[in-house]
Amino acid sequence: MIDNKFKIANKIFKSRLIVGTGKYKNFSECAKAIKTSGADIVTVAVRRVNISNKNKARLMDYIDPKKITYLPNTAGCFTAEDAIRTLRLAREIGGWKLVKLEVLGDKRNLFPEMIETLRSTELLTKEGFKVMVYCNDDPLMAKRLENAGAVAIMPLAAPIGSGLGIQNKVNIKIIRKQTKLPLIIDAGIGQASDASIAMELGCDGVLINTAIAKANNPIQMAEAMKFAVISGRKSFLSGRISPNLFGSASTTDKGII
Amino acid sequence: MNIKNKIKITVNGKQMQIIPKFSLKSLVTKLKMPLNKIAIELNKKIIDKKRISKIKLKKGDKIEIVHFIGGG
Repeated sequence: MIDNKFKIANKIFKSRLIVGTGKYKNFSECAKAIKTSGADIVTVAVRRVNISNKNKARLMDYIDPKKITYLPNTAGCFTAEDAIRTLRLAREIGGWKLVKLEVLGDKRNLFPEMIETLRSTELLTKEGFKVMVYCNDDPLMAKRLENAGAVAIMPLAAPIGSGLGIQNKVNIKIIRKQTKLPLIIDAGIGQASDASIAMELGCDGVLINTAIAKANNPIQMAEAMKFAVISGRKSFLSGRISPNLFGSASTTDKGII
Repeated sequence: MNIKNKIKITVNGKQMQIIPKFSLKSLVTKLKMPLNKIAIELNKKIIDKKRISKIKLKKGDKIEIVHFIGGG
């Protein structure tokens, strides 16, 4: 199968790996990891400027939004109103319309609050935002988000930052079958093989933050994730063999001595 | 300027004192905030950055100045 382009809201991106910019030791390490990962989209958060330390380093000084697509998120929002306020502010900083919606329902498990998420998707879409939606792995809710105007469905593999890997492959496969929207695993990836599995399930991309930023060697892990996504995608496109219970020798018996 | 004439505003949750008729632009300049990297809210309303020199701050105004930080 020939690979199609990775397209979100009519824009083509080279890399199927989206990288978060949180939890790094410093901006310099973050910038290096992003470069190594090959990602051309990075998620960013909106927060108050520190007015008592005016010379504090800023993310935008290290990661140039002209060279890489910023995807503003709504991290820390628990209601549609919070999320909309945050994304309006993000848009005001520099005109961003492609956004990652993330409305949480519980501070401990960080699961998405899907009723508020759906409501926010509808409202933001009406305002002209292109909404990539962090959601649970429920195929019914994924369909409703699609109908509400989402431009990408981004189900969790496992709780945010947990590193548990894909817990519910069946649901991800069902969502894959039912949607033509970009399907991106967002949250729960722990290691490179998890990213490959996501791609082998037919996902269009993977969003990773903690698994890279908190690895012992974030730069090397960024590279591992880059190859894992490429590898998983190629594996998916190549068409795997059917799994068999019994063995099948790779060497013919013909001419055996 | 007599301190009694100063007015109190809140910027990012912190109280500040300014002289009357201080503009939003003067505040941003005083705080050394690069305009192309921030967004501003005045009393929960987003402000068009092109208009900030025309906006004079009033007693009790609540200003939020935000920027992008690292996030997932």
